[in-house]
Amino acid sequence: MIRVVDLHKRFGSLEVLRGISTEIPRGEVVVVIGASGSGKSTFLRCLNLLELPQQGEIYLDELQILAKNTDINEVRQNVGMVFQQFNLFPHMSVLQNIMLSPVRVKRESLRAAREQGLELLRKVGLSEKAEAFPKQLSGGQQQRVAIARALAMQPKVMLFDEPTSALDPEMIKEVLLVMKQLAEEGMTMVVVTHEMGFAKEVADRVIFIDEGLIVEEGLPQEIFNNPKQERTKTFLSKIL
Amino acid sequence: MQGLEFSIVLQNWRYLFDGAVITVQVSAFAVAAGLIIGSVVGLARVSTVRLVRAVASVYVEFIRGTPLLVQILLIWFGLPSLGIRIESRFVGGVIALSINSGAYVAEIVRSGIQSIDKGQMEAARSLGMNYTSAMRFVILPQAFRRIIPPLVNEFIMLIKDSSLLAFIGMMELTKRAQNIQARTFNYFELYLAIAVIYFMITFALSKVAGYIEGRTRIHD
Repeated sequence: MIRVVDLHKRFGSLEVLRGISTEIPRGEVVVVIGASGSGKSTFLRCLNLLELPQQGEIYLDELQILAKNTDINEVRQNVGMVFQQFNLFPHMSVLQNIMLSPVRVKRESLRAAREQGLELLRKVGLSEKAEAFPKQLSGGQQQRVAIARALAMQPKVMLFDEPTSALDPEMIKEVLLVMKQLAEEGMTMVVVTHEMGFAKEVADRVIFIDEGLIVEEGLPQEIFNNPKQERTKTFLSKIL
Repeated sequence: MQGLEFSIVLQNWRYLFDGAVITVQVSAFAVAAGLIIGSVVGLARVSTVRLVRAVASVYVEFIRGTPLLVQILLIWFGLPSLGIRIESRFVGGVIALSINSGAYVAEIVRSGIQSIDKGQMEAARSLGMNYTSAMRFVILPQAFRRIIPPLVNEFIMLIKDSSLLAFIGMMELTKRAQNIQARTFNYFELYLAIAVIYFMITFALSKVAGYIEGRTRIHD
């Protein structure tokens, strides 16, 4: 589904990614962990081209998305993204947030987009909030709307960039539940998070990134219970 | 101190009123054109194309860095030397004020766009929208609400600045007061009268704008 080959990304003289290679098969849930500044968010943002890497290849199915003739907008329709800060559109209702892209980009009819939007809101447990505005929702509710909005484009992959880091503790669970449900439905997911409980329970694979490189990857129980690399051990001892 | 004769204002009220109408008309045209110029240039200022940004910023810097009066004189008296004849003072005045206002509006539009959190653009783009759609449906509607107050401020400035068009002999409010005063020498009465008229126009505008602003602020 996704194949990344030797990805390099520099911001000025700072090399944030120094040659990342990995493969994510369809239906897999990958959790990316690492200290802040390790490059894990940058890696995620490269996957939908919010950051353009200087070197390397990213394949989405057979398509090399970094090729010059690739339509970035079309790629992004297949790669949903959920942000730490939700980034809902404050001037639109919840339902309008979800309908905007299907209507304007996919040219779906208003009725079809509306039906799908309401269906997605049911799925994230917010049916009664369709006409509310983002400001009127709690952080957890906003993030669930953001997930619904991303799903409305029927993406092949969902990327989560620290989706619970801006939330109050009591709201983290409701968001993780929606993500878990999504994983159980077979969605391919790449999740950058500090929620190790979620990683242990839901992830098929955990990738530990440090200083722009994949230091270690494997099954959650291997990484958490029996890490092989010294740097992985150090990192885990700090957060667990 | 000689006695003040405010009757001179009443005797000439129709003449002054017509001048106020011209002031409002020239300002209205200039506001409309300035808004169009300013929107285009403001978008150009945040363009991803370097050359477009450069051209826009030369325009803005040049207009902001030179006096409006000089710009008016340059357009009305200067352009004919280049073989460009402007058919009337009214049109010349509208052109000068529009070009001037466009630069200030452009800065307001630019700062409005840049005040929107960059996460909004990222969210829109990550949903598959191209730059134009993201601007149109996500960034500009939010920016527009924020720029209403500074835009109103700019329009009030423009109405007041239109008095400089008296220098090229346009028969707007200030020029008419000067004409009467040249005959009667009632400086204080006449200039106080037009000051009040200018104030009534700008105060009305700021009240209307306050109302519109209140209506668009609900969800911001």
